[in-house]
Amino acid sequence: MTRALALIPLLIALVFGGFFLWGLDPDRDPNDIPSVLISQPAPEFNLLEVDGLATPSFSQADLVGNPGPVIVNVFASWCVPCRAEHAVLTQLVEREGQRLFGINYKDKPEDAVRWLTELGNPYEMIGADSTGRAGIEWGISGVPETFIVGSDGTVLYRYVGPVVGDDAVKKFREALDQAGAMEIEAGG
Amino acid sequence: MRHLILLIFLILPMAVFAVEPDEILQDSVLEQRAREISKELRCVVCQNQDIDSSNAGVARDLRILVRERLVAGDSDEEVINYVHSRYGDYVLMRPPFNLSTAALWLAPFVLALSALLIGWSVLSASRRRKTAAGLSAAEEDEVARFIEQNKVSKET
Repeated sequence: MTRALALIPLLIALVFGGFFLWGLDPDRDPNDIPSVLISQPAPEFNLLEVDGLATPSFSQADLVGNPGPVIVNVFASWCVPCRAEHAVLTQLVEREGQRLFGINYKDKPEDAVRWLTELGNPYEMIGADSTGRAGIEWGISGVPETFIVGSDGTVLYRYVGPVVGDDAVKKFREALDQAGAMEIEAGG
Repeated sequence: MRHLILLIFLILPMAVFAVEPDEILQDSVLEQRAREISKELRCVVCQNQDIDSSNAGVARDLRILVRERLVAGDSDEEVINYVHSRYGDYVLMRPPFNLSTAALWLAPFVLALSALLIGWSVLSASRRRKTAAGLSAAEEDEVARFIEQNKVSKET
């Protein structure tokens, strides 16, 4: 019994050491909140068009029955990281033929129009979420956030924060690959 | 006195509620329920605050949503479920007991129990050592004989 007690400090050291090792893992993000939407159908929402913009709005129905996965990006003209992310998204649309839908989160229509005129408009459809209610339906915690929705309308992936920088873009592209985007491209 | 006034004015802003006047419901009963519910819901931006005390935009939206659901006739539970279904376990200040939170809920009891067990075993081991330090029957005999012998030699 006494000899077994001598092992206790070692055991404690192991438990704490393991915990610290886990805590030091650079891939672990303590702020990461798992989304409940993953593998769930896209939430119901209904958005109006952005005033003064020719781009049509969309609702949950537009996310079901697409030939391939689509990207749903939550953005705002007042959001600085969105500006950086815009270039990445534009590239995904123009060079890789991805389909991009936008939720214009709590924005003034005239600001959104000015922003898109200045930077270009890669969005196929844009809904104006002036109250932030659609944002709550999607369970977002801030802007930007980007989702990948499968052809059957299932949410497959969520990226919190701007998809900017090699790591983020790589992660996002991997998720797109998994969603079958590349398959469609190779086939069609 | 001047320092006291300064102190009060420094503390004052911290005590101000995050709930903004335009959010507050006319019906004080519903408002009270909304406040109670808001204290159960975690803000998803500033992660250690409930939405009742958070100034984040999303927290404000959620407070307004909670009040809207209440006005629409939802029960407290229905309102919490509504938010829970969109933001997951994370949004609850008191996470429900399930497989992924079992460690969280059970750890205090497991730790307390193991502390008690270790303490008990250490104490009982040391008590056993004390009795072991006493004399065996053969030694007692030897001591008794030695005392007897000394008594005899003193008498002579």
